[in-house]
Amino acid sequence: MVSVGQHENIEILSYGEVEEVSGYVGNFKVKVRKRARYVNEDLCTGCGLCQEKCPAKNILSEFDAGIGTRKAIYMPFAQAVPRVPVIDTENCIWFQKGKCGACQKLCPRGAVDFEQEDEVVELDVGTIIVATGFDLFDPIRAPEYGYDRLDNVLTSLEFERMINAAGPTGGKVLLKDGREPERVAILHCIGSRDERYNVYCSRVCCMWSLKFAHLVKEVTDAQIYELYIDMRSFGKGYEEFYKRLLKEGVIFIRGKGAEVTDVVEGPEEEGKLIVKCEDTLLGQLRRIPVDMVILSTGLEPRRDAVEVAHTFGLSRSADGFFLEKHPKLAPVETASDGVFIAGACQGPKDIPDTVAQAGAAAVVALGMMDKGRVALEPSIAQVNVERCSGCGECVMACPYSAIALVQGHAQVEETACKGCGTCVGHCLSRAITLLHFTDEQLVAEMRGALRLVEVA
Amino acid sequence: MAYTYYPGCSQEVSTKAYNLSTWAVAGALGLELVELDDWNCCGTSPSYSLRSLSTFALNARNLGLAERHSPGCDLVTICNGCFGIMDKTNRRLAEDAELRERVGEALAVIDLEYRGSVRVRHLLEVLVNDLGQETIQEKVTHPLEGLQVAPYLGCAFSRPSGIDDAEFPTALGDLLSWIGADVVDYPLRASCCGGILMMSDKKEVALKLVHNLLADAVRRGASCLATACPLCHLNVEAYQGQVNARFGTDFSLPVLFFTQLLGVSLGLGREELGLGTELVSAAALLAPHMT
Repeated sequence: MVSVGQHENIEILSYGEVEEVSGYVGNFKVKVRKRARYVNEDLCTGCGLCQEKCPAKNILSEFDAGIGTRKAIYMPFAQAVPRVPVIDTENCIWFQKGKCGACQKLCPRGAVDFEQEDEVVELDVGTIIVATGFDLFDPIRAPEYGYDRLDNVLTSLEFERMINAAGPTGGKVLLKDGREPERVAILHCIGSRDERYNVYCSRVCCMWSLKFAHLVKEVTDAQIYELYIDMRSFGKGYEEFYKRLLKEGVIFIRGKGAEVTDVVEGPEEEGKLIVKCEDTLLGQLRRIPVDMVILSTGLEPRRDAVEVAHTFGLSRSADGFFLEKHPKLAPVETASDGVFIAGACQGPKDIPDTVAQAGAAAVVALGMMDKGRVALEPSIAQVNVERCSGCGECVMACPYSAIALVQGHAQVEETACKGCGTCVGHCLSRAITLLHFTDEQLVAEMRGALRLVEVA
Repeated sequence: MAYTYYPGCSQEVSTKAYNLSTWAVAGALGLELVELDDWNCCGTSPSYSLRSLSTFALNARNLGLAERHSPGCDLVTICNGCFGIMDKTNRRLAEDAELRERVGEALAVIDLEYRGSVRVRHLLEVLVNDLGQETIQEKVTHPLEGLQVAPYLGCAFSRPSGIDDAEFPTALGDLLSWIGADVVDYPLRASCCGGILMMSDKKEVALKLVHNLLADAVRRGASCLATACPLCHLNVEAYQGQVNARFGTDFSLPVLFFTQLLGVSLGLGREELGLGTELVSAAALLAPHMT
């Protein structure tokens, strides 16, 4: 990330949001709202003094998935690029009460600027790569797992932060009361492969669940249970890793965790979390008392995927992820020429696949720009200006926004037209024809197909 | 807005208090109930598992009568069993043309038809969603402060109807908190009471389930259970003695219909709420809340 930040041809507009995209391949105009971070990027050196001195503390850290805290002025995470903090105005004493201003007073560079405002930047770009990622399934939606209700039920991301050496517990796996867990259950497929939420497999959770088991084993003596529907350890080196964990003594139970409860049925369950499941290999219902439960929450399209799709002219598949032009032959292209997708915004995928897809998207986008021109579809709409009344019906009808009214008549943007023919059908003055699909050609074709053939 | 009211058989005999308190509470809250004329038994789950077609016909008769007598009115029940099976009849008739035809033939014998326009509701859900917090709280004169209630809904309230979260329904807890009760966090709220297993050769299973329900309620400090189903109510109340004998426990936990607790908070009297008929007396428990 640092080398990206330092690259002379790359400008990072962090803490920004694309508000509007207009134009077409090779000539996009993009409006980006750069949000006010109340710190001048040019002056800030990233020394971190403001963060250290800020008195508004104990705010749940988004990056630490809510199990760690941050201040009101904070660096999103340790390796953030650019290394410039941001002020969270909802928790900042200055913004809430008009007092304090400690960061401003103490900043040796005078970089803190409470007056800073959002800035809208307009960019001319030739191609766009959308890589907006995913959201994790929120297990509050599945209350039977006790998340947010019972202590020591964690999501995968919360556990990731806990096991991280630079995380809030310094890499220690700890229960709420500070003890080390003696038994940990990892529940696969929470929010995935579930008719109630998402029917698809989130693809990465089996492997990260295995990784979690391995990591817990490294730092504790805990007994670990993995509850899975099917073990999907496909991919290079993955099956071998699964085998290794089997040898490490992790207990694998084939059966989806059904419920996590603190309702005890015997003395051995006192003070424990009880994971209920059907062990489908034993053909038995089981109650497994544990100290900690990690919910392997599935991947979902981001909450704002609808708006982003609208902004960039993308389609979405039934599962809500952005739709590629062709699942095999055009996996990074989209229905909008010049707009590419990469990573989990297109569908759940792991890091190697994401990196590969990102590389592919970059190469295709660069190749397109390097050529400097684009090949048009042969069959595109053409307007007969003489006949066009300028009613605008076709402008409304075009699903690709490829038609505009120019000087009182319709004009087709040839690079954007996909040759679908919708406008032809809508045109009341019959002023639009689709090249290679003219009425004359179609009639001739029909004549040919329906001609009488004399059989000798 | 008027509702067609379907009490169900249990409310005529074993759980009269539920029916009584429903009428009393509806009166106090201004909820207009019109009892369905000439209603019949819903058939209950045993009949459904043996002869589903006759069960659907039985329920279509009730629905058809409701449609004829009070078109446009929702049909309200207070029993999870009746509710579940009538709701299921509605769904199945809507999606299965062949069933619709056969049930239609049965209804034609008594010159009745059912066009599928009646919505089946559970009283609890009607109170929570149609009346709502404000309307109910306005009428509360005797908030149940300090009363530790475990809200026990049973399995068929939210499954498969979907009127509340299937695994973790909140309607009953919400209502009880509106009327001032201290609602006990009760994870078994939608767990099974054993249902008709209690009256079968699988009684052991049902006793174990009831034991679990009682044990967890007591453990979490509940001084009574609130129910919304006559069968759940019967199982958790009437079998406490057998549970105690079987498991060596000493449960003596009052079990009250949610309508009775609601009635107490509205300042209604013992008799109109059918209080005093419970098998584990709640008199001492409710005394501080009654005038």
